Amino acid sequence: MVQPMSPTPALVVDNLRKTYGNGVQALKGISLTVQPGDFFALLGPNGAGKSTLIGILSSLVNSTSGDAQIFGVSVNKQRNEAMKLIGLVPQEINFNQFEKPFDICVNEAGFYGIPRKIAAERAEKYLKELRLWDKAQDQARMLSGGMKRRLMIARAMMNEPRLLILDEPTAGVDIEIRRSMWHFISGINAAGTTVILTTHYLEEAEQLCRNIAIIDHGTIVENTTMKQLLSKLDVETFVFDVDGLPNQLPSLPGIVFRRVDDHTLEAEMPRTQALNALFETFSAHGITVTSMRNKTNRLEELFVRLVENGRQEAGKEKVA
Amino acid sequence: MSNMAGNLVALRTIVRREIVRIMRIWTQTLIPPAITMTLYFVIFGKLIGSRIGTIQGGFSYMQYIVPGLVMMSIITNSYGNISSSFFGAKFQRSVEEMLVSPMSNWVILLGYVTGAVARGLVVGLLVLLIALGFTSLHVAHPLITLLSVLFGATIFSLAGFVNAVYAKKFDDIALVPTFVLTPLTYLGGVFYSVSMLGEPWQALSRINPILYMVNAFRFGVLGISDVQIGVAFAVMMAFVIGLSWLALNLLKRGVGLRS
Repeated sequence: MVQPMSPTPALVVDNLRKTYGNGVQALKGISLTVQPGDFFALLGPNGAGKSTLIGILSSLVNSTSGDAQIFGVSVNKQRNEAMKLIGLVPQEINFNQFEKPFDICVNEAGFYGIPRKIAAERAEKYLKELRLWDKAQDQARMLSGGMKRRLMIARAMMNEPRLLILDEPTAGVDIEIRRSMWHFISGINAAGTTVILTTHYLEEAEQLCRNIAIIDHGTIVENTTMKQLLSKLDVETFVFDVDGLPNQLPSLPGIVFRRVDDHTLEAEMPRTQALNALFETFSAHGITVTSMRNKTNRLEELFVRLVENGRQEAGKEKVA
Repeated sequence: MSNMAGNLVALRTIVRREIVRIMRIWTQTLIPPAITMTLYFVIFGKLIGSRIGTIQGGFSYMQYIVPGLVMMSIITNSYGNISSSFFGAKFQRSVEEMLVSPMSNWVILLGYVTGAVARGLVVGLLVLLIALGFTSLHVAHPLITLLSVLFGATIFSLAGFVNAVYAKKFDDIALVPTFVLTPLTYLGGVFYSVSMLGEPWQALSRINPILYMVNAFRFGVLGISDVQIGVAFAVMMAFVIGLSWLALNLLKRGVGLRS
């Protein structure tokens, strides 16, 4: 019986290292795999090495050692072929501000060898989808910050890439536009494009991504599915808005109460513990709850914990 | 689509973009050199030149300096176009659009050089038309005229590209024209024949590449030259090859472009 062939991964990063000329070791031997069709989050604090990794994948940064393969094509050995498969939305605005959005998109397609007629059709399609068509003939410098970010997404789509890499695409964008961008990117992913996303809005990663890698100080501190990662969160903090708090806070085994102010109470409790006992205690103390919410985004809590753990471990190693 | 077909589309894209840029800012790219050269023709050619009389082969001084001034416009504009356009792309980071694309390095270089040569030729033509308002000229050797113009524009486009690759700030692209290009141009036989110089200035002048360009072009237009025309083309060819190799090497290594 013929075994079904496993699909070629969208991205294989193999022991990638980068040391800059000033001696800074940005990547210390990173390896990871992204499957085709995935929506993959690459998270990490500022200076963790995310942008260096993306720079190497898009050939803007030369790696010191190791390699990356885009759908089986080596970035080191077959750069031009590999670049045909990628679309990049960089962190910084990097188009000519004096050109028109339509020309920026059509020229981008031209750089990928796409004839002008097809390029013009695609530019119209993506500028319309990203609600920029009415600005297509304006100078790009006249666009708002959110429009500029959407223009970079439209530009990255001009070669209809199999792997779309977005480096903080929604930074500084208001929530309405951010949500419309999420909708667009989700649609691109649903149509089969593999997406790698870096973001500081962890809610964004939690909502959109299926798999995740967390990178810090040039190493990967976590690489798993979003579901598995979130299941690791063993405690949760709730915030209760109440009509008033007694002087003596209630006590309940396993739960830590904190008074924020006279009308706000925080409760940190194991995720396995039912909320019923909590409400019974509130009733017994005459506390009326008017509303409640999670204190932080779940992924945010995990992210902070993983990064802090990683730093503590690194500190121990240094001491040892 | 094959790589070559894709590269040709990319090449057309860069050239088109460069020409659109030149036309978009025509008041900065085409008009200033025309005005400057008109002043040269009025002051040096008409006012001072009329007192000099004839020079080398019975040509009036105005006729003598026209080829040099046309070549001077061509090389300074080719150089200025590519250095400001490519450095501008680096400064705005829009150069990354090309660096992350699958196009080959030679396409980037050839695209920018073609755009710069185009500006050099348009400005050269404008200056020639203005010159015809001051004097009459007939072209002695059309092919040599055309080749010398193309070589001159290409050499300084390549030099401007190398300058832009190394430049880290706008000052860096102004340094070379101010301290290297302008002195070499003025000392390259634009306004005088090097045979008028004594030694060692005559020998020193012969290591100035602009001397060969100006004289090749002057030979094409007037039929007179301070240097052997074969030597002039050999020198220019050597510069084209050497600078092309250097520019491609810089692109391959990503100097000033990739980390």
